[in-house]
Amino acid sequence: MAKKLMKGCEAIGEAAIHAGCRLFFGYPITPQNEIPEYMSARLPQVGGMFVQAESEVAASNMLYGASGAGCRVFTSSSSPGISLMMEGVSYMAGAELPVVIVNIMRGGPGLGGILPSQSDYFQATKGGGHGDYRVLVLAPSTVQEAADLVIEAFDLADKYRNPVMVVGDGLIGQMMEPVEFKKTIKPEDLPEKPWATTGCAGRERNVINSLYLDPEQLEKHNWDLYAKYQSMAVEARHEAYNTEGGCDVLIVAYGTVARISKTAIDQAREKGLKIGLFRPITLYPYPAEALAEAALGAKAVLVAELSTGQMVEDVRAVVAGRRPVAFHGRVGGMVMGPDDLVAEAEKLAAVPA
Amino acid sequence: MHSEIVLAGFGGQGVLLIGKLMAYAGMKAGHEVTWLPSYGPEMRGGTCNCTVVMSDRPIGSPISKRPHALIVLNLPSLDKFEDSLRPGGIVVVNTSLINRLPRRTDVTVVPVAANEIAIELGNAKAANMVALGAFVGASGLVEKESVDEVLRESFAARPKLVAINEEALRRGFEIGQAHAAAVAAG
Repeated sequence: MAKKLMKGCEAIGEAAIHAGCRLFFGYPITPQNEIPEYMSARLPQVGGMFVQAESEVAASNMLYGASGAGCRVFTSSSSPGISLMMEGVSYMAGAELPVVIVNIMRGGPGLGGILPSQSDYFQATKGGGHGDYRVLVLAPSTVQEAADLVIEAFDLADKYRNPVMVVGDGLIGQMMEPVEFKKTIKPEDLPEKPWATTGCAGRERNVINSLYLDPEQLEKHNWDLYAKYQSMAVEARHEAYNTEGGCDVLIVAYGTVARISKTAIDQAREKGLKIGLFRPITLYPYPAEALAEAALGAKAVLVAELSTGQMVEDVRAVVAGRRPVAFHGRVGGMVMGPDDLVAEAEKLAAVPA
Repeated sequence: MHSEIVLAGFGGQGVLLIGKLMAYAGMKAGHEVTWLPSYGPEMRGGTCNCTVVMSDRPIGSPISKRPHALIVLNLPSLDKFEDSLRPGGIVVVNTSLINRLPRRTDVTVVPVAANEIAIELGNAKAANMVALGAFVGASGLVEKESVDEVLRESFAARPKLVAINEEALRRGFEIGQAHAAAVAAG
């Protein structure tokens, strides 16, 4: 298929359709309105259904119902809307329901602003709603990768019977880049879901539930979920750039900031400073082992985020004091430039080891 | 090759569209491209801009703080972006709406009366195409034929608009090309 020039939001919507998803429930919010807009036009063309719910809370409970009935189902929102969905996400994690949620993050807290941000890292990777649960979190840095990861998110959700979140920011959502859809799955070709509530004539009835009043049963359920989250470790992935043979400074960044870091790396090369990039593609599970190896190949580590410092806590836990870890963050919708990262890296490289 | 272009004007002047056409033409020519709109809280009649990056290599930052080229269709855009232009860069200035020339002396200035030309052709809305044509003519960044091709594809649903836009592009292209030739000749 020839490459098309598409906005990130539109590519995300089209990717969901290529993944065999035919249902979207959501509620509008900037800067991701192009996703529901696109789905509202496209889904009826392919025999699907688009519902603009009365609120994000309602949308997330519609996801619960559709997923429980065995359907591939999808929603997208932005930070404040994702917070409203968190009740449903916790219930879906508890009831082990596969669903794909896209968060095009904007500045917070509260209503915040509409410009790019990565300040929902804690919410995405440490649970988000109540209870002891995790969701898989994928963080694309190009429109092509957003399309690829959304398609894969549906497979991962089904594989683990768990919500999967894809996080981007307004730049990924609003930017146009060439994209091609490498895989097309027809809904009728998807594997059966023997656990789904599809009508129980001739078999035991299936129950989709997150209520366990017996503490022994709930404890067992909690440990079973924990074991499942541990088993997701095999999905950890990352990209290493310019790290062969070690580097002066290793930047750790994801999404949009990773792209800016690549430009910084090219600028620093002209100045004789070798910067490497470690880009987590999965934020949960976190690519800890690979990061440890890359960090030990560098003299110092610089974590760059559009937050006041969230992922940096995971990086510090991995590096465990073996290398200095510095942080550079911009917030509120402001985005650092490559020059800023080069200047930070130069400062760090100048500190005697 | 690596080029970062900022296109700016009033909302409604069509800067997002000509940025898309440029990115699309670049993609067809086999380049890596990004197109990024400003999506802040803009108001009707306020300023609007987009950034196109075109490169032989995978593109890092889609944001440009120091563009290689500017296409400015109104005065606030020239005021806002003039200083960011890299030395040796190109700035296409819509002299129909901008009553001053750039202060910079280390850049190539391509003046074009985009609105007057568009009105002369019978459609004031085609001023953006005149400016795009001037940039393509002066910079040679993409082939005029490939812009023509993407223009026809983009206006496929409104075939009546193709001829006027092609003509606007051509008029701008000739001005840009003549300007580049004059600069080259010293």
